[in-house]
Amino acid sequence: MNSFFTRRYIIQGLFIVTALVLLARLFYIQVIDDRYKLSADNNVLRKLIIYPARGIILDRNEKVLVQNEPVYDLMIIPKQVKPFDTVEFCRLIDITKKEFDKKYKKANNYSPYRASLFEKQLSAKTYAAFQEKQFQFPGFYVLARSVRYYPDSTAAQFLGYIGEVNDKEIEKYAGFYTQGDYIGKSGIEKSYEDLLRGQRGVRNIMVDVHNREQGSFFEGKYDTLAVAGDKLISSLDKELQLYGEQLMNNKIGSVVAIEPATGEILAFVSSPKYDPNLMVGRQRGNNYMKLLKDPFKPMFIRPTQAEYPPGSIFKVVNALVAQQMGAITAQTTFHCPGGYRYGSRGFMGCTHVHGTIALEKSIEGSCNTYYGYTYQRMIDKTGLKPFKAYTRWREAVMKFGIGAELGIDLPAERDGLIPTADYFTKRWGSNKWGSGFNISLSIGQGELGITPLQMANVMAIVANRGFYYKPHLIKAIGDKKIIKEEYTIKNSAGIDAKYFEPVIEGMSRVVNAPGGTGYFSKIVDIEICGKTGTVQNPHGADHSVFVAFAPRQNPKIAIAVVVENAGFGSTWSAPIASLMIEKYLRDSITRPKYYTERIIKANLLPGQKRVLRPGIKKDSTTSKPVASNAIPASTQISSKKDEQ
Amino acid sequence: MNNNHNRSFFFNVDSFTILLFLLLMAIGWFNIYAAVFTDETVSIFDMNTNFGKQLIFIIVAIITGTAILLMDAKFFSTFSPIFYAITILLLIVVLVIGRNVGGNQAWIPIGSFRLQPSEFAKWSSCLLLAKYLSSGNFKLSDLKTQVVCAAILGLPMFLIMLQPDTGSAMVFGSLILVLYREGLSPYYLISGVLMIILFITTLLFGKLMVSLALIALTGLLIYHYQKNRKLLTTFIAGFALSIIFMFSVDFVYNHVLKSHQKGRIDILLGISTDLRGAGYNVNQSKIAIGSGGLLGKGYLQGTQTKFNFVPEQSTDFIFCTVGEEWGFAGSFTVILIYLVLLLRIVVLAERQRSSFNRIYGYSVACILFCHFFINIAMTIGLMPVIGIPLPFLSYGGSSLISFTILLFILLKLDANRMGINS
Ligand SMILES: [Zn+2]
Repeated sequence: MNSFFTRRYIIQGLFIVTALVLLARLFYIQVIDDRYKLSADNNVLRKLIIYPARGIILDRNEKVLVQNEPVYDLMIIPKQVKPFDTVEFCRLIDITKKEFDKKYKKANNYSPYRASLFEKQLSAKTYAAFQEKQFQFPGFYVLARSVRYYPDSTAAQFLGYIGEVNDKEIEKYAGFYTQGDYIGKSGIEKSYEDLLRGQRGVRNIMVDVHNREQGSFFEGKYDTLAVAGDKLISSLDKELQLYGEQLMNNKIGSVVAIEPATGEILAFVSSPKYDPNLMVGRQRGNNYMKLLKDPFKPMFIRPTQAEYPPGSIFKVVNALVAQQMGAITAQTTFHCPGGYRYGSRGFMGCTHVHGTIALEKSIEGSCNTYYGYTYQRMIDKTGLKPFKAYTRWREAVMKFGIGAELGIDLPAERDGLIPTADYFTKRWGSNKWGSGFNISLSIGQGELGITPLQMANVMAIVANRGFYYKPHLIKAIGDKKIIKEEYTIKNSAGIDAKYFEPVIEGMSRVVNAPGGTGYFSKIVDIEICGKTGTVQNPHGADHSVFVAFAPRQNPKIAIAVVVENAGFGSTWSAPIASLMIEKYLRDSITRPKYYTERIIKANLLPGQKRVLRPGIKKDSTTSKPVASNAIPASTQISSKKDEQ
Repeated sequence: MNNNHNRSFFFNVDSFTILLFLLLMAIGWFNIYAAVFTDETVSIFDMNTNFGKQLIFIIVAIITGTAILLMDAKFFSTFSPIFYAITILLLIVVLVIGRNVGGNQAWIPIGSFRLQPSEFAKWSSCLLLAKYLSSGNFKLSDLKTQVVCAAILGLPMFLIMLQPDTGSAMVFGSLILVLYREGLSPYYLISGVLMIILFITTLLFGKLMVSLALIALTGLLIYHYQKNRKLLTTFIAGFALSIIFMFSVDFVYNHVLKSHQKGRIDILLGISTDLRGAGYNVNQSKIAIGSGGLLGKGYLQGTQTKFNFVPEQSTDFIFCTVGEEWGFAGSFTVILIYLVLLLRIVVLAERQRSSFNRIYGYSVACILFCHFFINIAMTIGLMPVIGIPLPFLSYGGSSLISFTILLFILLKLDANRMGINS
């Protein structure tokens, strides 16, 4: 019927031959060849991740700020547990029988064969006690891990903290982290995460079908070692930092000290401080909630996140910008009848009747009238339309690193604020406004926002007579001590060096001339140049501000101190700055003990009774101190920001 | 002619084939359980797991098979163009709305299950091919007949290539054996085999070496047969075609194949040994099967196929579990069952009086053979990694039900063979 009938045998033959080929190959790999047998006893390979030690952080003298400490996690493999004395067990690790049952059930539900965490982070003492009797509790074992430890409990806001990764972070880093891994959440821990975390290793071990360990695979031939994270050397001086934190005890505010020649930050005090060790260990969750709820917001990184109108210290910037623009010279004088009159009815008062006053004296005496006229010249009398002249002035001020983030190596730095010309045009409904409409900018009040870091940076510029390096907290990375390139670039403030001398002379007199607002803070044989300021605070007592650098020739330190709700700059901020300067330059304090005691013991938290020492000269721009429980506006910004 | 079929629906159904069918499904199910098994596995009937779902698929497959046996045998022949049209439509639809799984746009989601049209294209194409070749006095030696056959098979093949699912598309190529049985010149098969050899040698030894070898071979043949004019032209034409083919291999390999496909071929030919990348699957699969030894590690005692060492262990790599837990004895048994099934289907095909039935029978044998060979050869490193399931064993509803339909249509045709005039 079909002429190709015999071809069926060819096809059947093909089927048979194919089956034989497969069988031959299978016989070869299954019976003859031993290559594919890992070992005779049903072993299987499992990869264990080895976690590297996180990089440590040192201070500028290579003293430890953060290191790793071993902790002991109690692990359980439920299937291996044999009957034991639960009362004794619970007593040893200090839990109740009820908690024990709950934890045991949870572990057993997860897997009877796999290890799971029974109790986190036993203390060294508990571990020692448990270890002695561990043989009585088969199925339990202790796993050593390392956690962050801060030997001096210092610089919490600068160092930041680590925490378990959340889903967002897992997604963001595409596969690098898995649930339960730790990651830097704020501060240096966050901004240098990719350097600190190091490289993970892999250990190949053999396990049986029940996932029990049977030894290493090929004697570790395919294992890779974990590489520890890079060591970071910070610019911080630990002794100076600790001293600053001590001085700021029971006060709200910031102390930022910069080495002008490098931009390295010597001290970074954000007060109130907290103990960074609180963010480690079994109580981390509770501590974290407590810190978040603290009305004085310790998690808020004040040096880079709190913005203040700078007050009189802004006169330094205006004096320099006005000279550069040709609005005034060192010899320019104005007449101060006790205030500055502008427009038809406007009046900005001055604390004194200064009479005829020149530039140096205007800094020393902090004359508002002088800066009213100076500002008017810069805005109204340039030949440009005032709103255009304002933009030019604003650009000149921004060259001081004001109004935009400086690029410090910390997350969530804030820009600060100098309003644009458009802002005023919008506010006044037309661009026909002039200096009288925002005259408070001449004396650093009103719509200005400057962070303590930016204030300190302005002082570094003055100390350097015209330039700055971006302030930074990490001066060297790893064993090779690499520094980030952006921190080696010199930035110009756009002011010629010759314009600094009269201003610096005025600043020197503030501290060193009898009657200067900072005279109380003078140090013998160290010429400090400084400027006091008082920041009007609509929510309560004014903030006390002092900025300075020292010594006058070849400056080593530029500093900004802000103490919130403390009243005059000369009362609290100037002495704190002065002590910090002496501590850094001399490493000892020559002032009498009562001088430092007074500061350390002062409690200036809102809601405390004020004791003003008599005999301290008032600063120029003041308003009545009003006791209040309110939190200053600048501190109400949620500290949650650095959590994101 | 035969009145007996009224006595029972299942009278005349080849029970031996049904036995093999049930046996393979049972083996598959136990091995899927083993592939997923860990100590924590709660119940073998848990419907959230692969083996739980496979149990449902098996029940559905048995019901489907029974339903086919209850149908009228003429139904499949009569409606074959419609089946074909529907599957072609589905293949187009899947390209538009399909879900992408593992790089292939092959699935249409229906509720919590997914439909894979390429599986159904297999038997509908076979039906149409059988219908076409049996519906007139076509000769496969005619070019026109060859072109129509190529078109029937080529259309679904092309659409499946677009997904792109190379493995499933290749299965259609195996139907050339059916055409061979029906009279296609053996030169097609021979040149096919030669092309494969040329392909591999070109990649292994490079164009220059292969060219030299071809020149030498042609010279030798010409010298030996110099008296025979006709053969000489054939040799020279063959030589020219080989050279052209060789260069097109080079082109296809370097410019058409995707890097993962190249990688799989390289691994197979031993050109590269990347044990972490493309070679991972094959290497792990070989370790799993190789570690089984003669008698295996025992049921549920396999370690390699657990802990996710072998990927896709319950679908394309199910044979690893067989090899690891049952050893060479188990592999031998499974291969023997397949061989017996294939030979039995050829016997069924040959005993048909209608050429429609016979051609369909051979198509079933070829498709099952192709899956069986490529899948197992892949797990033991004889073929590159091509993702096609092992019939009746691999996890997956679409493939199981589609293979069942494929086989049971043949069983129905066979049960009814006396009632049809040819
Ligand atoms: Zn005055």
